[in-house]
Amino acid sequence: MTRLMIAAAVLALSTGFAAAQTVRMGTEGAYPPYNFINDAGEVDGFERELGDELCKRAGLTCEWVTTDWDSIIPNLQSGNYDTIIAGMSITEEREKVLDFTQNYIPPAASAYAALSPDADLKGGVIAAQVGTIQAGFVAESGATLLEFATPDETVAAVRNGEADAVFADKDYLAPIVAESGGDLSFAGTDIQLGGGVGMGLRESDTELKAKFDAAIQSMKDDGTLNPLIIKWFGAEATTF
Amino acid sequence: MFSACADPSALNGLAWLGCYLTTGKHIDFYWSFLTVLILLAITAPIALAFGFGGAMAARSPLLPVRLVGKGYTAMVRGIPDIVFFLFFVIALDQGLEWMLHQARCPDWTDPIRQGLEFRVCPEAKIPSGNAAQSWHRLYGFGLAVVTFSIVFGAFAANVLYGAMQAVPKSQLETGESFGMSQRQVFHRILVPQMWVYALPGLSNLWMILIKATPLLFLLGVQDIVYWARELGGSKTSAFAFPHPDWRLYYFLGLLVFYLCMTHVSEIVLGRLTQRLTRGQATLAGDAQRKAAR
Repeated sequence: MTRLMIAAAVLALSTGFAAAQTVRMGTEGAYPPYNFINDAGEVDGFERELGDELCKRAGLTCEWVTTDWDSIIPNLQSGNYDTIIAGMSITEEREKVLDFTQNYIPPAASAYAALSPDADLKGGVIAAQVGTIQAGFVAESGATLLEFATPDETVAAVRNGEADAVFADKDYLAPIVAESGGDLSFAGTDIQLGGGVGMGLRESDTELKAKFDAAIQSMKDDGTLNPLIIKWFGAEATTF
Repeated sequence: MFSACADPSALNGLAWLGCYLTTGKHIDFYWSFLTVLILLAITAPIALAFGFGGAMAARSPLLPVRLVGKGYTAMVRGIPDIVFFLFFVIALDQGLEWMLHQARCPDWTDPIRQGLEFRVCPEAKIPSGNAAQSWHRLYGFGLAVVTFSIVFGAFAANVLYGAMQAVPKSQLETGESFGMSQRQVFHRILVPQMWVYALPGLSNLWMILIKATPLLFLLGVQDIVYWARELGGSKTSAFAFPHPDWRLYYFLGLLVFYLCMTHVSEIVLGRLTQRLTRGQATLAGDAQRKAAR
């Protein structure tokens, strides 16, 4: 009898423990306006605002963690944090190693930015961030792929002439092109890649995935997600 | 930070720069210099202790102990630093969690390795998933310190081993003939005399250690290199202080910092050598003696 009671008490304690578990949100912090470190040194951006709202709706305590993009998936798998919320497009290849929630940004355009609108996109040197769908696309397009660890370096490569053009999410490039004072412009046509942006979770974390899925759905249903996308990405951004 | 900085877009010139250089992010950058200094301050003595232990083990009359000492130096010295760093930090982290998992969650039935995932029970996570981010940072820093100490300990062991061998045999034999035990010979004759032989090697090692601190960046610790890259990257108007690519200036700043560090070290080490040479039976010690006469 006492043993049963102890077992029950332990069970109650451990479930209580699990409920209070902090969810660690892993992001890159170098991809404005998706996510970046603001001047106060905190994670900010579209995904910060979205993530905080999702955690509130799912009743979770969340903590923000930044990591390098190229080790963002291994660090999730070794348990350094519990979710990836870093502008990561849903692709078949990534689905093999982790699970995605439903998308919170609809499939959006990727674009080339270059010093001149008639840059050689087919046979030239194209910069892209390592491990992105854009890098995969460039590798197959026949152009020479030049990879960088951070998105910022890909743009710097175009400015200093190391690459003919940079290929990235149009939402990321748009403010950079707009504020370049005419130095940079979009080249070629926009290209649709991936199945939108979703949160990545470990395949074994089905319960947490369901919670975030429900929270995203509720934001889509009550119409709070679209205004948030427009707030951060501008009126021309694709919405649901 | 200051009330005058509330609206950065209205500022220009020096006022803008002043506000820019005192943002929360820059304050983090300045603190990260302290991170590097703390790393040096903790790592150097630990590495020296490891080195001393390694050198003693390598000189031990017992074969197994000798093998451990020699194996330690040979292994770490033979592996590139970066490979060792990348491997060891992950191995140490997973090893600790694995051991805690065995101790705290004996009833856990799921496998720890599921495909590419490494999953221990929540009670075995270090630090606990609920801990504040600062604890995670501190833990990451701690792992880095241990790894630095092991790597530089092996180099130091090699230097100290060579220094112990360099002390003239006749000195030790004289000690023995006065009836000192092995222990006394080691403490009273060998150790005080070996430093002067070890110092050139150790000072070299200190310089290498200073220059190796940016490896922290590789281990995910937010050190000065991380912040220099982060702050220097071009900023759009999503940030309060938009600016073009300024990485050149930030890295130039780091360059100056490291040059100052190594320069000051050289001066201090030069004085230390002077001090330790005094009265030693070496060429430099002899020269000092003659100059004083």
